[in-house]
Amino acid sequence: MLKLGVPSKGRLMEKTFSWFVDRGVSLRKSGSDREYAGAVDGIDGVELVLLSAGEIPRELAAGHIHLGVTGSDLIREKLAAWETRVHAMAPMGFGGADLIIAVPQGWVDVDTLDDLDAAAAAFRKTHGFRLRIATKYHRQVREFLRDNGVADYQLIDSQGATEGTVKNETAEAIADITSTGETLRANGLKILDDGLIHASEATLFRGRRDGWTDAQRVTLKELESLLGV
Amino acid sequence: MTGATSAEAARLAALFQAQGAKPVDADILLSADTLLDLYGEDIRGRAYLTTDPFGGEMVLRPDFTVPVVQMHMDSAADPARYTYAGRVFRKQEDDPSRQREATQVGFEVFDGSDPATSDATVFAAIADALAGLPVRAATGDIGILMAAVAGLKTSDTRKAALMRHLWRPRKFRHLLDRFGGRTAPIASRAALLAQADPLADAAPIIGLRSKAEVQARIDALRLDAQTPPIGEGELALIDTLLGLDATCLHVLQSLRDIAVDLPAISAAVDAFSARLDALASQGVNVDQLAFEGSYGRTSLEYYDGFVFGFYASDAPHLPPIATGGRYDALTAQLGAGRAVPAVGGVVRPDLVVALRGDV
Repeated sequence: MLKLGVPSKGRLMEKTFSWFVDRGVSLRKSGSDREYAGAVDGIDGVELVLLSAGEIPRELAAGHIHLGVTGSDLIREKLAAWETRVHAMAPMGFGGADLIIAVPQGWVDVDTLDDLDAAAAAFRKTHGFRLRIATKYHRQVREFLRDNGVADYQLIDSQGATEGTVKNETAEAIADITSTGETLRANGLKILDDGLIHASEATLFRGRRDGWTDAQRVTLKELESLLGV
Repeated sequence: MTGATSAEAARLAALFQAQGAKPVDADILLSADTLLDLYGEDIRGRAYLTTDPFGGEMVLRPDFTVPVVQMHMDSAADPARYTYAGRVFRKQEDDPSRQREATQVGFEVFDGSDPATSDATVFAAIADALAGLPVRAATGDIGILMAAVAGLKTSDTRKAALMRHLWRPRKFRHLLDRFGGRTAPIASRAALLAQADPLADAAPIIGLRSKAEVQARIDALRLDAQTPPIGEGELALIDTLLGLDATCLHVLQSLRDIAVDLPAISAAVDAFSARLDALASQGVNVDQLAFEGSYGRTSLEYYDGFVFGFYASDAPHLPPIATGGRYDALTAQLGAGRAVPAVGGVVRPDLVVALRGDV
């Protein structure tokens, strides 16, 4: 059996189901709506596993599932050196969102990462602590800021309502997912000109094939040709 | 630690003790505050951090230098020499095949009386400890680059920005290009400065960074826009310094030539020359010793003068067998107003054992 992990609820699940249906593979929840079991029609040897989108990266890397649908941002965030551990088979054209860095609109002097770095240096001198950036995407933000030479900042963990942290004075800037930028603007924030960390979308990933049986490899080939990926 | 590695660690520690070093130890679990202050968030990618229910963030020691400096700065001892042996822990986010923990044996000298001799003492002690092994030494001098930046004919703000990013080569280059007029200012910046009062129609300020702080940066940007670019001649001299790659005696001649046009580095070049004399008098063959102008400029380092490393000549995949350097500024940062010139280095006994097996 080839185990395919799919987000267990919401729009991401529905859109994933229709993406597969469009390609001749039908995925559905079996039994009642509350039950997290699934069925696959249109191909033999594939088992549907419904689980939280945030857990799919870990389960793929561990080899507990063989294929998985999740946001490319979650793969990057949860797996160090992700390119060596999973393979992106197909971007799916939905679930798009940008991971960006945003600062208060009133900061007319800050439009770029260079500005943010300079502002952070001055902020630390004035306030005695490093400029705070609220996020839940720690790894991607840290690597992005390091690669772009931004120093004197600190990451503050924020698991929700991140856009409100600046007004509440628990952070000076944020790094978060946005699709339209509406919430950012409503909270008096603007995106830095070069502040796009990653343009994320739902993607079909495959784990490493070490230890796969011949039957699993054959099923993968068949699935690939059905899906046209 | 294997038996061979611990025997080698003991041999190295004995060598350093014979140089007058006092054996010291450090906690494995340290408060993370100091390292976060020094390196910022980047340390999270290189060290293992964890949380203590009462002590806040803690870190598995990524090296001994910081705790040994803290211990020394808290004591009244001066001058002092220390040696230590133990494990250090490094998170590997990019390459899982790299070692997460390794044994280091270190030798640190806190002594302001004669920096050249202290530099030579540490280098020679480590070179002697590795005698007979197939290793090559690389050296550099961050102090010369710092002196060059301090001597540029430009504003103090620009010099401070360059100094702050000295250990981030890409950003340093980016700043030099901007301050040298090699890259055009971005359009939004020009538009901002064209306004008489950029804050007049601005959105309201939210958060802790105040209107006064934004205004102060606008003022600084205005001043910077009026500052003439760093001249091509000076930029070329910095490029020459960074590109130096020859034996120490050749480099000394080149540095003397550069100092004619960039007199600010003269004192640093004299210090380099004095170090070569001290190294020679301790038996180091400076005719053959390699020098690289950019050596030691990696982030998460604290060296600000002499820097060195020993590498396996025939096994370039191995990490350096030994590394070290001068870290005067670190003692000032950790010394709460007190600073002691200091230089030190560490050897990896496991790699020494591996190399010896290869010989």
